Amino acid sequence: MSTILITGADILGEGRADVLIRDGAIAEIGSGLDAQDAQRIDADGLIALPGLVDPHTHLREPGREDTETIASGARAAAAGGYTAVMAMANTTPVTDTATAAEWVYDRGMQAPHVDVFPVGAVSKGLAGAELAELGLMNRSRAGVRMFSDDGKCVADPVLMRRALEYVTAFGGVIAQHAQDPVLAPHTSCCDEGPYSGQLGLPGWPAVAEESIIARDIMLAKAAGSRLHVCHVSTAGSVELIRWGKAQGVDVTAEATPHHLALSVELLQSYDSVYKVNPPLRSAEDIEALRAGLADGTIDVVGTDHAPHGLADKQHDFEIAAFGMLGLETAVSVICTHLVREGRMSWADVAQAMSVRPARLAGLTGHGRPLAAGEPANITLVDPQASVVVDRDASQSRSRNNPWHGRELHGRVVATLLRGQATLLDGMVQPLTGATV
Amino acid sequence: MKLPHLLQIEGLDREQITTILDTAEEMEAVGQRELKKIPALRGVTIVNAFFEDSTRTKMSFDLAAKRLSADTMAFSGKGSSTSKGESLRDTVQTIAAMGIDGFVIRHKGSGAPQRAMDWTGLPVINAGDGMHGHPTQALLDAFAMRHALGDLEGKHVAIVGDLFHSRVVRSNLHCLRTLGAKVTLVAPPTLLPPGVRDWPVTQGCEITTDLDAVVEDVDSLMMLRVQRERMSGGFFPSESEYTDGWGLTRERLARLPEHAVICHPGPMNRGLEIAPEAADAARSLILDQVAAGVSVRMAVLFHVFSGGEGSAA
Repeated sequence: MSTILITGADILGEGRADVLIRDGAIAEIGSGLDAQDAQRIDADGLIALPGLVDPHTHLREPGREDTETIASGARAAAAGGYTAVMAMANTTPVTDTATAAEWVYDRGMQAPHVDVFPVGAVSKGLAGAELAELGLMNRSRAGVRMFSDDGKCVADPVLMRRALEYVTAFGGVIAQHAQDPVLAPHTSCCDEGPYSGQLGLPGWPAVAEESIIARDIMLAKAAGSRLHVCHVSTAGSVELIRWGKAQGVDVTAEATPHHLALSVELLQSYDSVYKVNPPLRSAEDIEALRAGLADGTIDVVGTDHAPHGLADKQHDFEIAAFGMLGLETAVSVICTHLVREGRMSWADVAQAMSVRPARLAGLTGHGRPLAAGEPANITLVDPQASVVVDRDASQSRSRNNPWHGRELHGRVVATLLRGQATLLDGMVQPLTGATV
Repeated sequence: MKLPHLLQIEGLDREQITTILDTAEEMEAVGQRELKKIPALRGVTIVNAFFEDSTRTKMSFDLAAKRLSADTMAFSGKGSSTSKGESLRDTVQTIAAMGIDGFVIRHKGSGAPQRAMDWTGLPVINAGDGMHGHPTQALLDAFAMRHALGDLEGKHVAIVGDLFHSRVVRSNLHCLRTLGAKVTLVAPPTLLPPGVRDWPVTQGCEITTDLDAVVEDVDSLMMLRVQRERMSGGFFPSESEYTDGWGLTRERLARLPEHAVICHPGPMNRGLEIAPEAADAARSLILDQVAAGVSVRMAVLFHVFSGGEGSAA
């Protein structure tokens, strides 16, 4: 294996230091390190973070390879500084059996740019009626520990209760897409409030999210189980999660970069690139999410990277598909709207985008501190750089990028997965094994 | 006056609205001639793209365009490429590629006319989009009321009923307030649009659930259709309870000030939101509204597609 020497990086807790990597692991951290045979990466002015982990990615394979493949999504992940992603289960077919989970896992192993871990479905076919093979998925080669019907809510309280109870057998976690399907049916597409009213778009009320979160916190408490709330979007939800944690419930929560930065006002354009589920919310909600992330109520940042082709987006707003790209821009969005605003330190970013997501998903090889003996999963970020986002430069197969044309601050310069550069000088590396 | 398009009333100032209404007066005179046609839009091709069912609005636009000598093509969402799954963008760009001059678009999706304009770069007139807007309806309502009541400055208009689903009310609010009218919104609590009290246009408006407290103080009572086809989840307990609370019944008709007029954008649910006696009363402007529709749409087409130079008629 190769030897890599990263020189002059800003290492959290260590200050400016060099990192020597041998055989995929960090061999030494210190000043003035040298190695004759090493490939050198000049990291002067760059911040070294533990490789990022996305707890919420849609890779679309199998089923919609026209919009994303595991390989193309892996390249997008590397471009965004990620070394591991959790692939959501709403593919075709759904990841609801051990066989399906192993297929995604094996396919992920062939994609050299990122480690791909499947999220298992909670219910068979995401139908919300019967439990999927949670135990078999856990005991499979894929070792699934996180389960979600994401895209749909586990609305039946009995099924949700059973799922929470069942995964306690192996320390699993249920990740809920909180959306009461009666209060907010699939047609709901705009934050219910002044904008939905004026724009004439079907409202997606905050209470449809909050009532499910409140219910699930109580169910998790009763079951003594682990609940994770996906893509929290309202101020009320943040309050409920804060309350749940205060009650001692093992609840974690996630916010997406877009919910932390983009507001419902953008829907005035009726541009479906801004159509996402849950919808973009008000400035007050955004502020509550930022505060919640800063104080740890919101544990992790998840991208909800949701690639869609033009054919699925170029309809009127109500018909167009939900979702937007997120992997490649997440760090820059967080840097622009939280770090530069003084709401988060880079150490906080490491926690929210690497350490806690890895812990949430039960990953042992990711989210580790940068220290000798640890896997060399490292993300180098230039906090001073700015970028104007160009959707056509994306590694994804899709182009539904809400940041296109916007200037963001902070840029991922390099990503190392077990000592192998998947991104170097801002360029995704042409590694073999990918089936793009 | 040149209008680049007409997607919504928002953004039009009082002078622009008044100019459209004044032009409509001239167009109305055209409709009373023996030869009901002028050459203002000769050589202009307009596509009436009605992705959603419509009878009166479609006919009204078509007649208006023909009276201006425009060539029209009709497009219906039913049986078209859209029913085969073609995207809105592909559909409008395909039509635009035929060398047309602009669109009149009705669509069940809010914002569809705006997106069609974004994608084609052609002028678009919104003929009703989802629950968002219906600007020519608002203009024709104002036209009909101006005929009956004179200048609308200071006049009190109450808009009553299914505000939640109504694109008409959203456009009327902007139009009437820009013209200086006092507007009161009346509806059951469940049929008030989300966040309506926080809309910029409703600041200074009274919003109430009590029709009886309003009915003796209005110059115009605009009743809205209960959109049964959009109702699910029980917005009100029964039709009789709705009529009791928010219908223009014979009893309420009797309490209207003598000079007050009645409007309804149609089609009506007789006996539900409006009693037959009210719909057919001498003070009812319902057929005047329909007639005004042609004149107002002629005026809008004229200002969008001719550049509005010189005399309209």
